[in-house]
Amino acid sequence: MREFILWLDTHEWSTAIHESFFVYPIIESTHVLTLCLFVGTLIMVDLRLLGLGLVNTPVSEVTRRVLPWTLIGAVIMFVTGLLLFYAIPERTYHSLWFRIKVVMLIVAGINALYFHYRVHRNQSFWDNAPKPPLNARVSAAVSLTMWAGVIVTGRMIAYNWFDCDRQPQPEFINWAAGCVLV
Amino acid sequence: MFEVFDWLEMTWIGQTIRESLWLFPVIEAVHLLALAVLGGAVLIVDLRLLGVGIQTSTPAEVAQRAQPILILGIVGLLSTGIPLFLSEAIKCYYNQSFWVKMIGLSLILLFTFTWRKRYLSSATSLTVENLGKMTAAVSMGMWFLVAAAGRWIGFS
Repeated sequence: MREFILWLDTHEWSTAIHESFFVYPIIESTHVLTLCLFVGTLIMVDLRLLGLGLVNTPVSEVTRRVLPWTLIGAVIMFVTGLLLFYAIPERTYHSLWFRIKVVMLIVAGINALYFHYRVHRNQSFWDNAPKPPLNARVSAAVSLTMWAGVIVTGRMIAYNWFDCDRQPQPEFINWAAGCVLV
Repeated sequence: MFEVFDWLEMTWIGQTIRESLWLFPVIEAVHLLALAVLGGAVLIVDLRLLGVGIQTSTPAEVAQRAQPILILGIVGLLSTGIPLFLSEAIKCYYNQSFWVKMIGLSLILLFTFTWRKRYLSSATSLTVENLGKMTAAVSMGMWFLVAAAGRWIGFS
């Protein structure tokens, strides 16, 4: 894995994006502003599932009309996120925050699949209920928690408190960040 | 004007944040969380007005349900944004993006709580006329400008 990351680091395009005066900030801003579209719309769906928002609109109407926008947001997030990683591969790969973020992304993804294939299935029974059943509410709460965590850890990648080139760090931190110490 | 910013920079809130290693990043992260909440509350209503969101509830209903979430987002943004500003008031004074953001923010808050609010409370039909679509476009466009200028404060 590390060899692959170091190989990415040798790409001309990677350096070009990282050092560009406008391209990097524009990709970064797009990534941040898409929060409104991606997480914003997801929050509204989750609040509906928790019975805390839009309670007089059927759940199916909210998911059918709003989730396509969430999906568009997710695609923009993913593409700009990949580019940001590509621009600074080695440091990001060894960022403790980035690693926590990826774990939370995976949990959020599994939760989304669980919702889609399990919770969603018998939705017709509680479509109009102001407060959906427990498993729907739990899934929505997990989603909100994970995405909030993704936002916070994502923002923290910018700070170098736990970077490998800042030693000494506790052994645990170096292990979690995969630091190669010489 | 500069004297005011100079004084704001020296308030104890600003000083405490500057002296702390993690306070600024944490407040900034909460500012982003509140941005997502605001984005959701604004978009759910504006997409409804544009006819590309929820369709079986009227804009007035959607807006009424989204209102507490909108307030939550705005309160969250202001209560984190003000301390962030206090910690670097002088930098902001010389920062063009900061001024663009503040002027834009004043206009969109005024727009949201006067025209948009009044329009939405009367939008009790399932179909939306062009005036409603224009209202949504102005709202989304202005909030986008404010958020983009806000992000750019950090780059300039």
